[in-house]
Amino acid sequence: MGFFLETLFGGLMAGMLYSLVALGFVLIFKASGVFNFAQGAMVLFAALSMARFSEWIPQWLGFDNLILANILAFAVSVSLMVVVAWLIERLALRKLVNQDGITLLMATLGISYFMDGAGQLLFGSATYKIDVGMPKEPMIVLENLFDGGLLLSKEDLYAAAAAAVLVTLLSLFFQKTKTGRALRAVADDHQAAQSIGIALSRIWIIVWSMGGIVALVAGVIWGSKLGVQFSISLVALKAFPVVILGGLTSVPGAVLGGLIIGVGEKLSEIYIGPMIGGGIENWFAYVLALAFLLVRPQGLFGDKIIDRV
Amino acid sequence: MFYRENGQFKSTYRDDQQIFPILQDRIAIGMLLLVAMVAVPLLASDYMFRAVFIPFLILSLAAIGLNILVGYCGQISLGSGAFMAVGAYAAFNLQARFDGMPLIVSLIGGGLCAMVAGVIFGLPSLRIRGLYLAVATLAAQFFIDWFTNHVKWVTNDSPSGSVSVGDLNFFGLALNTSVEKYLLCLVIVLVVGILAKNLVRGAIGREWMAIRDMDVAAAVIGIRPVYAKLSAFAVSSFIVGVAGALWAFVHLGAWEPAAFGIDKSFQLLFMVIIGGLGSIVGSFFGAAFIVLLPLFLNQVPHWLGLPLSTATASQLEHMIFGALIVFFLIVEPHGLARLWLTGRQKLRLWPFPH
Repeated sequence: MGFFLETLFGGLMAGMLYSLVALGFVLIFKASGVFNFAQGAMVLFAALSMARFSEWIPQWLGFDNLILANILAFAVSVSLMVVVAWLIERLALRKLVNQDGITLLMATLGISYFMDGAGQLLFGSATYKIDVGMPKEPMIVLENLFDGGLLLSKEDLYAAAAAAVLVTLLSLFFQKTKTGRALRAVADDHQAAQSIGIALSRIWIIVWSMGGIVALVAGVIWGSKLGVQFSISLVALKAFPVVILGGLTSVPGAVLGGLIIGVGEKLSEIYIGPMIGGGIENWFAYVLALAFLLVRPQGLFGDKIIDRV
Repeated sequence: MFYRENGQFKSTYRDDQQIFPILQDRIAIGMLLLVAMVAVPLLASDYMFRAVFIPFLILSLAAIGLNILVGYCGQISLGSGAFMAVGAYAAFNLQARFDGMPLIVSLIGGGLCAMVAGVIFGLPSLRIRGLYLAVATLAAQFFIDWFTNHVKWVTNDSPSGSVSVGDLNFFGLALNTSVEKYLLCLVIVLVVGILAKNLVRGAIGREWMAIRDMDVAAAVIGIRPVYAKLSAFAVSSFIVGVAGALWAFVHLGAWEPAAFGIDKSFQLLFMVIIGGLGSIVGSFFGAAFIVLLPLFLNQVPHWLGLPLSTATASQLEHMIFGALIVFFLIVEPHGLARLWLTGRQKLRLWPFPH
């Protein structure tokens, strides 16, 4: 029972991490209707930028304080992701307005190849470290209830907390601020939003920057867990089932989907895995999402697909 | 001036329904076939066969298969690498476990197994649509990746996980040289290409296109979506499976499961999008683009005389590839086939502007 709870908690926290990456997808799809295949590349790019700048800034400015270096590197990375968003909007999105979904998908795939190459060219292709002060030792809880207690990773807890804070901030942003309302208007209907005076191109830059900043946070967290290397861009492949399970247009869907996928993955690996040879983590998430989709084709919280003839 | 079709009247339905009704088209295709079957084998070098012509032929076969699913039936599939893998491993098993199995039977057997896999993994398309389906087909990709890695009898209990095929022979004729392999691929591509073209011109092709355009309306007028969508998956996976078997047998020779990963799926999808959705000739153009582009990008630093390290060169290649994809999609979202069609329309009027 203790082991089951441990796996459960581990799955919940891994799920929060997946939903961090999935948030970027949902944000961008909600407001610009583009399924951003380049989200993984953006996570890698942002993580590389954070890792390298936190190394370079102390060298350039000549001080030693890690916290200040991290803060400055974060600020620089945020501005870099905003510039990237501006470039993507200007050079790619603006010219591809009104194309159908698969063309936009392929365009983002092209952008992801470009960012992979550009990130490694600018920042180098070795493995880099991100050190934002996350504790690496695990902690043991509930020793009185279970033999030896449950092993929880403190780092994962901090990451889950950071994800929760980010989701709350995003929800507040969407509900309470003027720009948030404009984003929701654009997500509902581009033409109507334009007709009441919302500048679509500015909204798209804002949304892609937010996607970039979410990618940065995800990149920092994953990077401090795994080290910043090329395989981080493959985390996006794990986030796809989260997105389609939760619904492509729903922020709470991304969170709930992440939790379900995280728990499902870990439990299946432990309990079903040994029966069929192990290593089923990769595809089980997809099969789980597929099973949900067969019951609800639009995902848990997605917009209902209305067929019109 | 040269491409006029006036004076070419047809007096039978059969003549009117040909794939190439215009005489100039038939002459052009005849010359192309002559070049492909006679001139290329005589004149091209071994490197050209191995690096350009054979990959081009096999990938255009796979692109025809994927185009039938994505371009003609509108079901976005990101799992085509997995179906290539199924075709390759099934053909390998048929070849390795039965002595004296003819090559064609192994290839067709591989295609049939891929067809079964395609129908099974195409079942979600009956309920899920659009981008959700695209991501759901990734389930096929990852499942087959895991399957070929973990299930030992797929690789004939090979200890390292990688398998190889020995010398190929076509009903007794040994296929050792690149020229012979090229001719085998060429014949298969021609046969399947003609079959595919006739399929999409016929009733089933029209059903697929109706489903693509508006599946609810298609169901209203009596096209059964189950039959249309699953047949699209079946035909497409068969062709992709045969292409996968050819890729493994003829091009790779020896391979491991990673050879048919998600990158292959993306490569095939790029070919179909850049070549033109819903166009058989577009599949050829797309395959040519994707095969030639990396070779070209590799040579450019050499021509310009810039000394780049291999890492920098490969990253620049990635960047230029990505940028070219986006550029292409901006300039001509309907692909090279549309450019070709526009060119032919202009050619009909040449030298007049309108």
